[in-house]
Amino acid sequence: MKVKVKLEERAQGLTFQDLILQLSQFWVKQGCVLQQPYDVEVGAGTMHPETFLRVLGAQPYRVGYVQPSRRPADGRYGENPNRLYKHTQFQVILKPSPADVQDVYLQSLGALGIDLKRHDIRFEEDNWESPTLGAWGIGWQVLLDGLEITQFTYFQQSGGIDLDPISVELTYGLERICAFLQNVESVYALRWSADKTYGDIRLMEEQQLSEYSFDRSDAAAIRSEFELHEKQAKELLDGFETAEGRSRSRYPLLAAYDHCLKCSHLFNLMDARGVISTTERAALMSRVRAIACRTASSYLEQLGEKQRALEVRA
Amino acid sequence: MKAAAATKEKPIELLFEIGCEEIPAGMLPKAEEELRVNLEKLLAAESLSQGTTVETFSAPRRLTAWVRGLPVKQADVELEITGPPKSVAYDAVGAPTRAALSFAEKQGVHVNSVYLVQTAKGEYLAAKQVKAGRATEQILTGALPRAVHDLSWRKSMTWTGLNGPRFIRPIRWVVAVLDGKPLHVAVAGIAADNSTRGHRFLGAAAIRVRNFPDYEKKLHANGVIIRPSRRQEKISRELEAFAKKGNCRVHEDADLRRLVTYLNEYPTVIQGNFDPAFLNLPDEILVTVMRDHQKYFAIEKRNGELASQFLAVINSDKDPQGIIRAGHERVLRARFADARFFWESDQKCRLADYLPKLERVTYESRLGSYGHKVERVRDLARWLTEQWFNLGIQQAHVSEADRAAELAKCDLATEMVREFPELQGIVGGLYARAQGEPHEIADAVYDHYRPVGLDDSIPRNLTGCAVALADKLDSVVGCLAVGIVPTGSSDPYALRRAALGMVKIILERKLPLSLSLAIGAAGKALVSFKPKRSVTPDQEKKILDFILDRARFVFREKEQFAYDEVSAVFRSGADDLVDAQKRLSALRAIRKSRNFEPLAVSFKRIRKILEKAGVGLGVDGRANPELFESAAERELHSASQAAASKVQSLKRGGKYQEALEVIASLRPVVDKFFDGVMVMAEKDEVRKNRLALLAELLGEFTTIADFSEIGGEERLD
Repeated sequence: MKVKVKLEERAQGLTFQDLILQLSQFWVKQGCVLQQPYDVEVGAGTMHPETFLRVLGAQPYRVGYVQPSRRPADGRYGENPNRLYKHTQFQVILKPSPADVQDVYLQSLGALGIDLKRHDIRFEEDNWESPTLGAWGIGWQVLLDGLEITQFTYFQQSGGIDLDPISVELTYGLERICAFLQNVESVYALRWSADKTYGDIRLMEEQQLSEYSFDRSDAAAIRSEFELHEKQAKELLDGFETAEGRSRSRYPLLAAYDHCLKCSHLFNLMDARGVISTTERAALMSRVRAIACRTASSYLEQLGEKQRALEVRA
Repeated sequence: MKAAAATKEKPIELLFEIGCEEIPAGMLPKAEEELRVNLEKLLAAESLSQGTTVETFSAPRRLTAWVRGLPVKQADVELEITGPPKSVAYDAVGAPTRAALSFAEKQGVHVNSVYLVQTAKGEYLAAKQVKAGRATEQILTGALPRAVHDLSWRKSMTWTGLNGPRFIRPIRWVVAVLDGKPLHVAVAGIAADNSTRGHRFLGAAAIRVRNFPDYEKKLHANGVIIRPSRRQEKISRELEAFAKKGNCRVHEDADLRRLVTYLNEYPTVIQGNFDPAFLNLPDEILVTVMRDHQKYFAIEKRNGELASQFLAVINSDKDPQGIIRAGHERVLRARFADARFFWESDQKCRLADYLPKLERVTYESRLGSYGHKVERVRDLARWLTEQWFNLGIQQAHVSEADRAAELAKCDLATEMVREFPELQGIVGGLYARAQGEPHEIADAVYDHYRPVGLDDSIPRNLTGCAVALADKLDSVVGCLAVGIVPTGSSDPYALRRAALGMVKIILERKLPLSLSLAIGAAGKALVSFKPKRSVTPDQEKKILDFILDRARFVFREKEQFAYDEVSAVFRSGADDLVDAQKRLSALRAIRKSRNFEPLAVSFKRIRKILEKAGVGLGVDGRANPELFESAAERELHSASQAAASKVQSLKRGGKYQEALEVIASLRPVVDKFFDGVMVMAEKDEVRKNRLALLAELLGEFTTIADFSEIGGEERLD
């Protein structure tokens, strides 16, 4: 089998930063707000309030953003060419879901220089679920010549609440797509910019944070931090129940959500340290989910009240 | 009600297509079938099914129905409507009354055309009505949305909002063409027309179609093969061609063939290569990565070794520059590199070193961790092998079974099994082998999840059988003891499969084992080791019934014994399944003989007599020969005494067929007894004595199989 492979434009391929720029431009043209990554540690772009909270309620919304996502248990000390402590997602939310969303998504691949007619593109069943967020959806993983490049989900629930209207969530795995475009075997060999590689920029972080989360983190301290954040989140959520008037309409539910995200990340750290049994795992996850679900329903209440107040004034 | 002579019009046909975003491949075969059944039912309900054929097809983005031989409209139906009784409808002189007139008026007919009919309640006035058949077009407008709506999915979704339509994936277009013309119908809020869509990248986005043949042809030209059978043929043809060219064969996988058939609208097979250095990894791991993760077919050389090539099925018509091939090769390379990483890093410590980690893996909250389960399984594996060794089975080694049970679950804590859960057991066995465990033990670990179904094979060695049996026994006894009982389709701990596996191992390996003792041993292990759960005697009985139920199933489905044969043998006890199997074979062999069936009839009669008289077997004392009044009684008594001693010695020697033959030879004396003797005699003493004789007979001769069950009607269980 000696077919000579012409590597088309992939011989060069987009740099990591150009990939981000191209996707950003494409989705901005589709009417998306270009948001920034969230500044609290998250395991996935879904956890950014721009997804978790924005999909609630009836207000139409379109947003796109890069989200570095930390998954401590996936760290490999920078030694595995495909697995990372922190990988980068590009996340798009389209609310409500447009009828031609699959076509628009495929156009976005075209915008990255992928000639769809010369590749094998497939939508394979993959229903996404986040038990810690009480969120799930129905959809696919999109495969490009056998490589998973995007999670494509019709969001059905967030924070345990049935969504209405339905949003579409597109999550691009940037390292994978970039490695495909540049035709490199290791994520660390990716060209990030004209003269810097992914390894130049991120290898040290992978090594150190893997070392920390597998070998050096203080499990007992992390556990007590988890408890503290959970406590603050609960206190805040309890306070909302009795808040009234102006102090209710500007009540800091977003702060409660930040604490919830902290809990989620601390849980992941404990998990990577190997100090959670399977039973305890389920129990801890349900504690985080309880906060996430309460935040979502309180947020929806607050949103509804504001909406009504605006209507009354109008 | 009868159909009026239908006007003979040329039958018409329907093309119906639901266009969707990609439907999961695994669900299409069932959906296709269900759509056909739904349409047939709806047509039948509207009296449109006569002479029609419904065929359904599917591809990832569509479900399609082709209905031929439809009438243009329903046949008109003549109805007879009854009105008032004759006595009310006509007066004394036979003139119609006001009641008759108003009935005729209400039915819209002249009073002269009403008539009398004889009914069960007497004569009544009646009128004929013709109900005009509705147009097929009109009926389909209502029926088609229902046929789609009634499809059942494991998990449906909405793509607009809470009040929006629900389906497996969003519906984006609908084609409905009846007799060449678009049919006015809407499904999921989408109006149908005659425009379909081709393959995403190989076809046009709007294709007008007139009927199914036109649709099939045009779709093909637009990159969609609508018939799954044609897609599968294309895949098979191309797979074989590649294999032949390389003087290899495809690693057979019927499920994968079916899956890729439904995963692609235009499947094309391409071949890729991988670095032969990966062939150092075990075949099981390579094949699993290729099949489960990438849906590739592995290729074997003529000598059975894996070749460093794979066959991928792509959803496209060609890959002239090898771009797609290079992509798939790259992905596989990364996957194999991961597997190699796990293979090496898992083995930085020995398999047994994972044992402490099992403490953190929950088996079931009330039954503790896998660490706890391993303690119990080891105990049971030791108990089983000890039993077998004492019964003369030389290959039963307690220490080997103990070691294999200790290692069996260790792989659950490895990275490899975390990544490829379907390889549990296999990975442990491979690591054990690579780390120099004896073959007997490594193979036992490898096999201990087997058999996973009626047709799967049992572990290849006795140690594997011991561990597999112990593991399954612990699952069944433990789960049922804490109240996890399989119901209907819900059996999350696969207890039915576990019990079935136990039965298969015992039978196929011919292992001597008392099920009730084994359940007792499992109960003892449950209560002695943490988390210390107890099993009540009542639960033990239910557990035995649960296992015996699976055994009945195996005897019937796998060994093809008749329902009544299984019932007859089980009624005589089936605690030792191998023994029960021998008795079943003897019963089947003797069943054809001259005396057998008539004797079975007599035994059935005896059982009924005893039941009616309220006599239990062998509890009312023995028959007293001095109270016999007739020769027939005496003859039966002495013949059965003589037979009993012969039967007992034959049974002891395991000669069940000969024993049954002796019993069957009693037929003439039993017949004579019933011909000449009244069991329910007047005299109390005599009657009781005769009942005792029969009870003795039934008690004595039903220990191999209870003949009174033979020839009974089949019951559904």
